Amino acid sequence: MEEKLEALCEFLQEAADVSHLQAATEQLRNHYQIAHIVYHWVNSAGERFGAGTYSQLWVDRYVEKDYLRMDPVILGCLQRFNPVDWKELDWSSRAARSFLREAIDYGVGNQGLSIPIRGPAGQFALFTASHNCDDDVWAAFVDLNMRDLIIIAHEFNRKALEFEQGGDSAPSPSLSPRELAAMTYLAKGLSRAQAAQEMEISEHTLRVYIEAARHKLGALNTTHAVARALSRGLIVV
Amino acid sequence: MLRYIYGNALNHFPTLRETMFQDRAEQFSRRLGWEVNVNEDGEERDQYDVLNPLYVIWELEDGTHGGSMRFLPTVGRTMINEHFSHLMDGVKIESPLIWECTRFCISPRADRRAAAALVLGGGELMDNFKLEHFCGVFDPRMERIYRLYHVDPDVIGSAGEGKDRIGVGLWEMKPDAWAPTLGRLGIDRNTSLSWFNRSFNRPEPKPIELAAIA
Repeated sequence: MEEKLEALCEFLQEAADVSHLQAATEQLRNHYQIAHIVYHWVNSAGERFGAGTYSQLWVDRYVEKDYLRMDPVILGCLQRFNPVDWKELDWSSRAARSFLREAIDYGVGNQGLSIPIRGPAGQFALFTASHNCDDDVWAAFVDLNMRDLIIIAHEFNRKALEFEQGGDSAPSPSLSPRELAAMTYLAKGLSRAQAAQEMEISEHTLRVYIEAARHKLGALNTTHAVARALSRGLIVV
Repeated sequence: MLRYIYGNALNHFPTLRETMFQDRAEQFSRRLGWEVNVNEDGEERDQYDVLNPLYVIWELEDGTHGGSMRFLPTVGRTMINEHFSHLMDGVKIESPLIWECTRFCISPRADRRAAAALVLGGGELMDNFKLEHFCGVFDPRMERIYRLYHVDPDVIGSAGEGKDRIGVGLWEMKPDAWAPTLGRLGIDRNTSLSWFNRSFNRPEPKPIELAAIA
């Protein structure tokens, strides 16, 4: 399972254009065996950009009715940065309830988790997983997968920002000396306690250096981060 | 009770908002002597309060502020990356699994439960949103409070001496920190979760119906 997700992360990092982001949402949806995965970006000029597995019929309907203006998921997530279960949103208005019924009819799903992303200069993006199931099944899915989904959400956004800036490919991440040292010790097979001792820092601080490096490398976990640092030639063992 | 309130929703809680920013002026400007701005209403606010942070606030029985702290995601602008990275060996802390926690403030009106409540609030954020660390700026008193609650603050770098010392560091809610923290507050985990659920508009777990047991 985890290996497949790591491969998916790497596919995402190699994405050269929006069609690859689209393919990545499809692969993720299949991986998790849920109804949909959607990455949706609204920039400060109100322009939209996205990739996802919703049906074309629903996307057309959404645009035609200009639902962006009233979608409780968008409005509710815009001012937050914590992952939001759709049940926590404000569905009290008649318009919101009829929108939800319509979305369910179009196969969006009766459950959803949206991860808001705050980017630079007012950029706002939303990464969503949705499904058809009961509350208990969904709660278990969210509890099990929220961490990985948060990481993947930010990988989509990193790629989207890169496309926005018109870069052909992302510059190789540069790790700070402390991050490089931490990754090198782990690559040499030292335990975290041993690496921390070598670096004369606490294990907690070491874990934060590793986490900062993991994020820069776009890896899912520590092992994956070490592998990526090695394959990119950032560290030599 | 604990409330979790985004900046843009503070206006729904005017008393809590005013007393929080006033207590921050009392703590950071008058007591600690930090060079912070205090406005004509006696409120301390800075450039990070306008970024719509998430505040965790301990509310006293009279509806005023008993203690608070402020969270921002480290993938966006943060105080430590913008002002303190020289104390961190040049490492910028940036990850969706790490939030910055700053302006840890205890009101002079509050009793000892306030500090425990704030530590608990941090723990709930970690547990519910799958966070792995908090980073932030500490004064010596905060460090002592964190140690008291077994959250083991880890100061990576610091500037200044004695009571003027400002540390930059990390903390996390470890599994063995929950029991003493809840104990100090005299509540159970379900009460804490019910406060959390209330703030985030989460449906309460359904009580087991007696008919289902019978």
